[in-house]
Amino acid sequence: MYGNDFGPRDDATTPLNAAETEEYSTALAEYFDGLIDADSRIEPRDAMPDAYRQTLIRQIAQHAHSEIIGMQPEGSWIGRAPSLRRKAILMAKVQDEAGHGLYLYSAAETLGVDRSELLDKLHAGKQKYSSIFNYPTLTWADVGAIGWLVDGAAIMNQVPLCRCSYGPYARAMIRVCKEESFHQRQGFEILWTLSKGTEEQRAMLQDAADRWWWPALMMFGPPDTGEAATGGHTAQSMAWGIKRFSNDDLRQKFVDMTVPQAIKLGITLPDPDLRWDEERGHWDFGPIDWDEFWRVLKGDGPCNAQRISTRVAAHEEGAWVREAAVAYAGKLAARGEGAVA
Amino acid sequence: MSETSWPLFEVFVRPKRGLSHVHAGSLHAPDAQMALRNGRDLYTRRQEGVSIWVVASEDITASSPDERDSFFDPAADKVYRHPTFYEVPEDVEYL
Amino acid sequence: MSAPDAAPAAVAGARKPGLPDARTLHTRYLLSLGDDALIYAQRLGEWLTHAPQIEEDMALGNVGLDLLGQARSLLTRAGEVEDAHPRRDEDALAMLRDEREFRNVHLVERPRGDFGQEMARMLWFASYQYELYTALLGSADATLAGVAQKAVKEVAYHRDHATQWVLRLGDGTPESHARVQAGLEAVHPYVQELGEDFDAARWASEQGVGVLPSSLAASVNAYVGEVLEGATLVMPDEPRWHARGGREGVHSGAMGLLLAELQHIARSHPGATW
Repeated sequence: MYGNDFGPRDDATTPLNAAETEEYSTALAEYFDGLIDADSRIEPRDAMPDAYRQTLIRQIAQHAHSEIIGMQPEGSWIGRAPSLRRKAILMAKVQDEAGHGLYLYSAAETLGVDRSELLDKLHAGKQKYSSIFNYPTLTWADVGAIGWLVDGAAIMNQVPLCRCSYGPYARAMIRVCKEESFHQRQGFEILWTLSKGTEEQRAMLQDAADRWWWPALMMFGPPDTGEAATGGHTAQSMAWGIKRFSNDDLRQKFVDMTVPQAIKLGITLPDPDLRWDEERGHWDFGPIDWDEFWRVLKGDGPCNAQRISTRVAAHEEGAWVREAAVAYAGKLAARGEGAVA
Repeated sequence: MSETSWPLFEVFVRPKRGLSHVHAGSLHAPDAQMALRNGRDLYTRRQEGVSIWVVASEDITASSPDERDSFFDPAADKVYRHPTFYEVPEDVEYL
Repeated sequence: MSAPDAAPAAVAGARKPGLPDARTLHTRYLLSLGDDALIYAQRLGEWLTHAPQIEEDMALGNVGLDLLGQARSLLTRAGEVEDAHPRRDEDALAMLRDEREFRNVHLVERPRGDFGQEMARMLWFASYQYELYTALLGSADATLAGVAQKAVKEVAYHRDHATQWVLRLGDGTPESHARVQAGLEAVHPYVQELGEDFDAARWASEQGVGVLPSSLAASVNAYVGEVLEGATLVMPDEPRWHARGGREGVHSGAMGLLLAELQHIARSHPGATW
């Protein structure tokens, strides 16, 4: 239903593709595995294992939801941005997040789901979004910290996805990464300006770093390889070319990239164990409080309820508008005016 | 789902004069006129385009993966369609 | 937007005694345009994350960004013309002026209503801005003419956006028809002020810098009237009361709250850079 790949108008009972039929397991599995082995791309109407499809739907939907929910913590600062330049940048950034959500929902829809189903699942709490957005944005410095740390971590996660085995997801991510490069930079610029500012501004900066550092590290997820692995889908996702690096590898890369930036900002990161390990060639960091991670993920975060209720309210308050547009389109079609003039 | 979803449209953008429209992605819109406008707002906010086409996704007819072999493999052995197939003396210009 | 009360004294150029000097009037004219754009951008910013569809978050974001861009250019120009010591830049004007110094119309400061009301407001405001910037293309203030040249294309799109939605809501479902009609009624007392002349505009018009708002009213009314007819909606009756005084700095209760949000960070840290 998307991309340059279109199917016939299936009714709901027709399998979306051969992957759900008997013959799949033999001949076509070979074809799918061949494409994966050759590091080629899977396209929407290709035969694919159902588990591959479901994994992608879950992951892309969660990613899209994160973009849409992620509009809220920063969106609440558009009205309060301390200069008009900052206001314009922030408005463009929050708008970009809406756009990225849309690119990703489109990619998910190529797998045979409808965006409205995915939104219903988000609203009902049946699909997740990144837990980082369950933390509140308390000061202007938080807007900078989100750009620097949260977008920085997101980019670290997203760049490998530009090579994801599923074509529409990879293409969406290329566009997202290209557009998002300004998000991290504007965040750092906010903080850099604060670092050169008044004593109060510097305190605001340090406070934001204190609150966002650990949640940013948690964004990569719990260890998913080696002895510390807590289960999950990582091995399969890596074999399928959906995931390219382990959570811990990405987290280490992020820490290595970010610590020098924090030094430049003149702030102290809230980790007494943080030190350069000459032997490893990496920054060592202290243990992450995974209890907090699971707690927030399961709903016990400062803003979980608020994020969902804001989203649901917007959706419900907009229902009459969406219905009106459908009704009008019906009238246009009846009058034979459906075509663009 | 009690609500009728807005249909899906495919968006094609001409990046600049002299180039073809290229598929940019898809979006939902109640009708084609709104799809054009949504396409403008979603896919050209960084000066990515000078012209947009939208087409209802369900109106596109596409080749199927099942036909892949019969559609595209027969072209593989027609090497004589390509200029590199031909041997000409190296010192002859403009060929 | 109907023709304003006659102001014969100004027509002949016989201004009231004690009228401010040209620099002040020029500055005030620019501020009135810039404040309209700024305050409406502030209101539209409230829609992000609240739009009826994610595609509409995108659209309203674009409109807000266009208006914010206009506001920044106009306020910067106002600061140049004012030439205060020290000079006030866009942020000094946006963040550090008190309510009475803002010269926007009441229409743009009204709190966010439902989507029908927003599209009713946008239809009127964008139609007004379209006529305004078209007239300003030939402004004797070259900077203002430059702003108008860019802005006229932007507001043409805003007007079209509002038009498309008013058509769909008006001729959509019975509920949407009732809601957008109610939205039109709600904003109607705030429409007339868009077409009312004020001292700075009279001066600007005489000098070829600006345009009399009253001269735009007929075209604006005609455009909106046509859209409403196509949308099976009716133009509300002239209200008994209509807003006035925004151009002279007299605002509604909502304005103080809006400015509290807009300004509080900047004002909490005097002299800080962001």
